[in-house]
Amino acid sequence: MQVKLAADAIPLSKKRKSWIRTIQKYKVMYALLLPALIYFAVFKYIPMAGILIAFKNYNLALGVWDSPWVGFKNFTDFMNGVYFWDIMKNTIVISLYKLLFGFSAPILLALLLNEVHTQWFKKIVQTITYLPHFLSWVIVYGLMVALLAPGDGLFNMILKESGFQPISFLTEPAWGRLLVIASEIWKDIGWGAILYLAALAGIDPSLYEAARMDGASKWRQLWHITLPGIRGVIILMLILKLSHILDAGFDQIFMFANTFNQEKIDIIDTWVYREGLERLKIGLATAVGLFKAVIGFGLVLAANKLAKKFDGQIW
Amino acid sequence: MINLTIGEKVWQSVVYVILIFLSLLCLLPFLYVIAVSVTPESEVLRRGIVIIPESFTFLAYKEVFISHGIWQAYKITLFRTIVGTVLNVLFTVLAAYPLSKKYLPGRSPFLLFIVFTMMFSGGLIPTYLLIRSLGLLNSPWVLIIPNLISAFNLVIIKGFFEQLPGEIEESARVDGASELQSLWRIILPLSLPVISTISLFYAVGHWNSYFDAIVYINDSNLMPLQVVLRNILLNVATQSAESLANSGAVSTFAVQMATVVVTTIPILIVYPFLQKHFTKGVLLGSVKG
Repeated sequence: MQVKLAADAIPLSKKRKSWIRTIQKYKVMYALLLPALIYFAVFKYIPMAGILIAFKNYNLALGVWDSPWVGFKNFTDFMNGVYFWDIMKNTIVISLYKLLFGFSAPILLALLLNEVHTQWFKKIVQTITYLPHFLSWVIVYGLMVALLAPGDGLFNMILKESGFQPISFLTEPAWGRLLVIASEIWKDIGWGAILYLAALAGIDPSLYEAARMDGASKWRQLWHITLPGIRGVIILMLILKLSHILDAGFDQIFMFANTFNQEKIDIIDTWVYREGLERLKIGLATAVGLFKAVIGFGLVLAANKLAKKFDGQIW
Repeated sequence: MINLTIGEKVWQSVVYVILIFLSLLCLLPFLYVIAVSVTPESEVLRRGIVIIPESFTFLAYKEVFISHGIWQAYKITLFRTIVGTVLNVLFTVLAAYPLSKKYLPGRSPFLLFIVFTMMFSGGLIPTYLLIRSLGLLNSPWVLIIPNLISAFNLVIIKGFFEQLPGEIEESARVDGASELQSLWRIILPLSLPVISTISLFYAVGHWNSYFDAIVYINDSNLMPLQVVLRNILLNVATQSAESLANSGAVSTFAVQMATVVVTTIPILIVYPFLQKHFTKGVLLGSVKG
C-alpha cells in the first residue's frame, strides 16, 4: 500500500497519467500476470466462443465458421429427444441423493469424532477415513470390483457359499444408483468431516459446562449447543452443493456406467461425451453442454446470493 | 476426564464401536484386494473366499508388469505429476502475486476475468475441438497444458498473499529489492504452508485423473497409470498377447487386483507424510478468497 502512496506523492500527481505510463510503472506486475491471462483466454474463453457450434449443424470438414447455422434446432432436438427426461432425471436424482446422504454423512462422522476424547484414537480414525479421498475413481471402482464382481467378488462368494444366487451389482440397473451414492460416501466421508470438525472445535467449551451444570442431557446439548454452533457452516456448504445440482460427478459415473446400468445412472456429462465424441453429434452435444453450463451458472449466482445472507459470500 | 454417568459411558462405547466399524469399512477393501492379488489360483479354487492366504505368489504382479505395460504407464504418470505440478505451482504463484496487490490498476477486471471461468465454461466438445486444432492430441503435454492454472487454487494463494503483513515487503523495497526479488525472498518463504498444500492438490489431481487421457490420447504408449488400470478392470483388450492369464496360471481377477495394488501403493506411501497438510488445505479452501 505504501509503495503506492509514495509513488503518488512524487510529481506524478498530475491527474492525467496515461495508461501507457501506468503499464510502464507496473510492467513487472503485468508481465507476471500475462501468462495466466493468455492461458485463461486460450483454454477457457476460446472454448466459450466455441459454443457457437451449439447453434450450427457442425461438420468436421467445414469447421466452426463454415458449418451452416441451424438456430435453436439442436436445443429443441435435445428437449424433444427420448433420452432428455432420462438423463435429466438421472442427473438430478443422483445429485439429490448425494446431497441428502453424502452431505449428512460427514456431519454425523464429525459429531461422533467430537465425542471422542482419546486423542490418539481420534487421530487414527481420522487418518483412516481421510484416505479414500485421495484415491482415483478408477481405484475405487477397482475396490468395488474386488467386493462385488459377479464371479470372484467377496460378496458374491459369500452369497454363493450361503446358497444364494450371485448378483451382478456392477451391471444391474437396480443397483447402479445405490453403488454410485454409497461409493461417494465411502470416498469422501472423512474428508468432508474436516470442515465440520474445525467448526466444532470453535464452539466455546464453557457452554457445555454450563449445560451440564443445568443437567442438560447429551441430546439437549447436541440440539441446543452443538448444532447451532455449526449451523453456519452447514448452511453454507448446503448452498454451495445446491449450485452443483447438475454435476452428478462425471469422473465417477464415467467409470461406473456400462451399457447395462446406463439407463439408471447416465448423466448429462456422460451423455455429452458419448454423443459428442463417440457418435460425433457435435452440434447436439455442444448444445446440451451449453444448456447445462447456463443453468449451472444461474445456480452458482443464486447460491452466492443466498450465501451472502448467511456466512458471507463465496468469493 | 470428569466422572461419567453410566449413560454417558454407554454412549461413549457406542461412539467408539461405530468409529471402529467405520475405520474397518475404509480399510478392509484394501486388505482384501492385497490378499486376492497374492493368492495362488489353486488355493482360491480349493478354499473359496480367501481373506488370509496360506501361500503366496507374485505371478499376478509379474503379469501386470510384463504384459500390461505398467512401467510405461508409470513413466507417463510420473512425468505428468512432477512436471505438471511444478508448472502448475509456478504459473499459479506468478499470477497470484500481482493479483494480491490491491493497488495494481486493473486488478478487479483481471480477477473477474479469471473467476468467471470457475462458473461458466465452454464445455467438453468446444474444448476438445480447441485442443485438436492446437495439435495437442496424442501429445503428453495435453495432460499438462490445458490444466495449467486452477482458478480456485489461484484465488486461495492470492488470498493468502493478501493476508501477509505488507510492512516486510515494503522494507525490502526500500532496501532496493525488485518485485521479483521480494516475491522470491520474502513472500514465498512466508507462504510455504499454502504453497505446499496447493502443490499437493495439484499433484493428487494429476496422479488421479484419467479422463483427459481417454479423450485426448489414442497412443497406448502415452497412457497414464489410471487409464491402464481402467482398461484392465473393464477387461478392455490390452497388450497381453503372451498373457499368463490365458495359460491359466493366474486368474484375470488376481491380475486386476494386482493392478489396483500397484496403482494405489504410491499414494499409500506418500499419504502419511502429507496428511497434516491436507487438513490445512481444506480449511484454507473454505476461507473465502
